[in-house]
Amino acid sequence: MAEIIESGGGKKHGGKKRPKKHSTHVDMTPMVDLFSLLLTFFMLTTAFSKPKVMEIVLPEKLTEEEQKKIERPKVDDSKVLNIILEDDKAYWYNGMADPKKPLPVIEITDFSKDGIRKVLLKRNKELYVKMDAFTQDIVKGKLKMPKDSVDKKLKQFKKEDKAGPVVLIKAGENVKYGNLVDIIDEMAICNIARYAIVDISPVELQMLAAAKGTATASTPTSNETK
Amino acid sequence: MSKLKMPVRNPGVDMTPMVDLFSLLLTFFMLTTSFRPQEVVQVDTPSSVSEKTTPEKNVITLFISKDNKVYFNIDNGEDTSSHVRSNLLKQIGEYYRIEFTKEELNTFGKFSSFGLPMNQIKTWLNTKDSKERDAMQSGIPMDSTDNQLQMWIHFARLNNPNAEAAIKGDFDSDYKTVKKIFDILQDKKVNKFNLTTNLEKVEVKAKDIQ
Repeated sequence: MAEIIESGGGKKHGGKKRPKKHSTHVDMTPMVDLFSLLLTFFMLTTAFSKPKVMEIVLPEKLTEEEQKKIERPKVDDSKVLNIILEDDKAYWYNGMADPKKPLPVIEITDFSKDGIRKVLLKRNKELYVKMDAFTQDIVKGKLKMPKDSVDKKLKQFKKEDKAGPVVLIKAGENVKYGNLVDIIDEMAICNIARYAIVDISPVELQMLAAAKGTATASTPTSNETK
Repeated sequence: MSKLKMPVRNPGVDMTPMVDLFSLLLTFFMLTTSFRPQEVVQVDTPSSVSEKTTPEKNVITLFISKDNKVYFNIDNGEDTSSHVRSNLLKQIGEYYRIEFTKEELNTFGKFSSFGLPMNQIKTWLNTKDSKERDAMQSGIPMDSTDNQLQMWIHFARLNNPNAEAAIKGDFDSDYKTVKKIFDILQDKKVNKFNLTTNLEKVEVKAKDIQ
């Protein structure tokens, strides 16, 4: 597709000889071909959204000797909120399950917006409202702060908090990894200051079995009422 | 009067603006691109609200597939000339009494994630066809009698002590497997884990809290 240029110039005016005018245009078609090919290639292979990560830090494993030396922090029983994961459901109860005392009531919920999140928010209301107000101020521009100090401040809120629950997450045998991530994510959403992933105790397994028994027994009646 | 003659038009189209635009876009994509790394298994990660991005270098990645198989990957670290991967294979080969040739070590340096028992690695490296290679991947054994994953992590930590651990687990993989991996990593003094997730937006209104 070379350009056709009528090069008639030169001899019309007088007899002066002028060098033949060459076209200054370059044929760009192959270049465009190549460019569009490369462009398509790069557009298709680019991974724009980098995957995100959720960071968790687990307590260091200690030998038995080391464990004896360390003083375990005392936790007020009334503050403890236990969440047991099992079969795509979340079971929760307050306080500690002590076989010598009457066992706490176990309740069943799920991982939806109105499930475990409601329970957590209710318990963690004070801290949540405080932190939410702060982040809203940052978002709306009422408060101006560099990102590091925002993070620092949020961490400090969590540290100073006294009213919030201590959440113990216990995962049973047949739990999906996704459910664990869900529940840790709920901790982040609800701004829970203190939580830990711990092993399930035999007493809790009993409680769980009992709760499951009543749940299956009560499902037909709940269906009828619907 | 003679017939009305239409002036002869030049049929060529001026492509200069198009070329300008294309070269601009091309430069942009070439500079911003980061290639999607090849992965042995398709993993559907769960979602979270975390906005932290994956570290690009110095990562030990453990993939957990739907059927609870574990795959391993480590990058070459900050300085690609340090040949972390090749050294790793050499050392682990010495441990399992398998000798690898220089070419095999080099090919291993170029590959990414993998999941095979030690005794198959040699055949895997010498297989030319990539489809055949992928078909060989059956996960790294991590039973208590033959815990090869532990050895991989051990030597990976030796070769690149700065490496962080990233776990890319499928939503449907079992917690049991993940817990086992946590345990193995904690035995090797890794206590911080990056769980790869998809970003999701969650909004909670303060007034909704009862």
